[in-house]
Amino acid sequence: MQISRQKKMEMLRSLLLSRRFEEELTELCKIEHKIPGMMILCTGQEAVGAGVCAALQPEDVIVTNHRSHSHLLAKGADPNALMAEILGKRTGCNKGKSGTLHMAVPEVNALCTTTVVGGGPPIAVGIGFAQQYRQEERVTVCFIGDGAANEGSVHEALNLASVWALPVIFVCENNRYAGAQRYEEHTKAPNIADRAAGYAIPGVVVDGNDALAVYRSALDARARAVNGDGPTLIEYKTYRWRGHGEADCQLYQPKDEIAAWQAMCPIPKLRGDMLAQGVISEDELREMETRIDAVVKDAVRFAEKSPYPEPNEALEDVFAGS
Amino acid sequence: MQSFGMGQAINQALREEMLRDAGVFLAGEGVGVGIHSSPMLPTAGLLDAFGAGRVKDTPVSEAAIAGLAVGASVAGLRPVVEIMFNPFFTLASDMIVNHAAKLRYLSGGKSAFPLVVRIKSGAGFGAGCQHSHNLEAWAAHCPGLKVVMPSTPADAKGLLKSAIRDPDPVVFIEDMMLYFVPGPVPETDYLIPIGQADVKRQGNDVTVVTWSKMVGVALKAADQIAREGIDLEVVDLRTLVPMDKKTLIESVRKTGRLVVLHEATRTGGFAGEVAAVVMEAAFDHLKAPLRRVTGPDIPVPASPPLERFYIPSEDDLIAAVKEIVR
Repeated sequence: MQISRQKKMEMLRSLLLSRRFEEELTELCKIEHKIPGMMILCTGQEAVGAGVCAALQPEDVIVTNHRSHSHLLAKGADPNALMAEILGKRTGCNKGKSGTLHMAVPEVNALCTTTVVGGGPPIAVGIGFAQQYRQEERVTVCFIGDGAANEGSVHEALNLASVWALPVIFVCENNRYAGAQRYEEHTKAPNIADRAAGYAIPGVVVDGNDALAVYRSALDARARAVNGDGPTLIEYKTYRWRGHGEADCQLYQPKDEIAAWQAMCPIPKLRGDMLAQGVISEDELREMETRIDAVVKDAVRFAEKSPYPEPNEALEDVFAGS
Repeated sequence: MQSFGMGQAINQALREEMLRDAGVFLAGEGVGVGIHSSPMLPTAGLLDAFGAGRVKDTPVSEAAIAGLAVGASVAGLRPVVEIMFNPFFTLASDMIVNHAAKLRYLSGGKSAFPLVVRIKSGAGFGAGCQHSHNLEAWAAHCPGLKVVMPSTPADAKGLLKSAIRDPDPVVFIEDMMLYFVPGPVPETDYLIPIGQADVKRQGNDVTVVTWSKMVGVALKAADQIAREGIDLEVVDLRTLVPMDKKTLIESVRKTGRLVVLHEATRTGGFAGEVAAVVMEAAFDHLKAPLRRVTGPDIPVPASPPLERFYIPSEDDLIAAVKEIVR
């Protein structure tokens, strides 16, 4: 399948934006009290968000998890609003109620981020049901990690989506770690996607560092879903460069393992291919990087100069009209 | 006026709301084809009336049922899902407690979750503690959920219709014994506001605050004790969250005495909350210490005499009333 220049440019931009955004967060985390709470990054895994979201239409929905930044940015969320939310500001996409871990951006159909591990799939089933109920040609993508695959809720959701042939794409980003546990310590089966057989749906294993391969597989799953053929479980093999959070010492993660996966970074892979094939020139690439750098710096400036919410704004939004 | 039990009243509310709003759908274990076919049950006949597209029998998967409601509601539908027995709420509770209740808040008010979780509850059918366990205080303790527990067929119809139209998640707890207790039900399309208590009996000596099946117990006790010249006022809270503190406090200010009655176990039960609200707002009006009449702190036992011992009775209430009326 030929992938258009426009799509490739979109994916490269998305990869670079997510990486640059998280590099900035990594630095901000070093400043005491700058970022409240935890900071959980998807650095190194950006090809999944970039590739999957490039295969979606704007009306398609995503449900995401702890490592959401690349998903949200790839879906088109405003970097200013995300950055402000992460810093706890009133101008954040959720008025400072969410913080980094639960950002909902309904304006780009990122309807839910849940950081209850395994919480996303049952909700994605409900959103997919609504799409089917209204006979819309839309799909819902649910991003989970390899750790979440061991939650019972994920089984319930896969089973129900299969039984009702719901237009849901279950995306498992197998980054080889769940908290401090290596994949081999929490799962015996070599592939999460093999579980799809138990639900009589396709299970696909794809190189999660290859944005183009991710894009192709997501496009196939989307076609299947809108065709009424039901869900797909795709497992993207990738790697968690950072710890469970920025406070994580990663003592359990071998240094040479990290280095080996960093050598397979998704960005040079796509960038190299595009340069070699003349899809993008060195000049265009530099211009893209400069623009993205400005976008991220603007986001930080916007977030830093935004006010914190007043304390009693905490009472708002519990119920409609409250 | 038509007269039937709460099961049929709920059925009528569901039918009317499904006719009114194409976004309303039902899902749960056996809501379409169940093992019982009694017309007195809440979802009887709705599959035939609305088809399998809108009345969805699910696998035995409580987390998925509740997640279905969360996702479908944020995507713009009006789900009404059923949890077969209250103890199974624990299996659905992540989706209800961590998601339905919190996601509006987390979104800064951008997202809405207009869903109803109907939960069948109440002791009295001898099934034991994994099928009988009143957990309304759990739900009430969770900000972001509204909690409704009707006592009469008419209230159930009006409150369920309000719950379905409500923009927020509503936990609607139905005592199964009330499915079979007939009462008058208006045929019209009427709504009972969520958050409004109802004084089911006016009285001057003692306020009994209660809800759901225990309202009937309180009214029977009131008739009995009236013969001894003690006049009970029975306040049916109907909605635990939001609580109608005004009606509650006005009643206690009038009578000066309070007994809170519920079937759920005592420790951490919602009677404690009612009592605290009264102490904060009307302590000076109390002529005697308040009393709680509740289930004992035990799982609900199965054997008939044991289960009867568990469920608060008219005699239990009368004894408590007599302790504070001198």
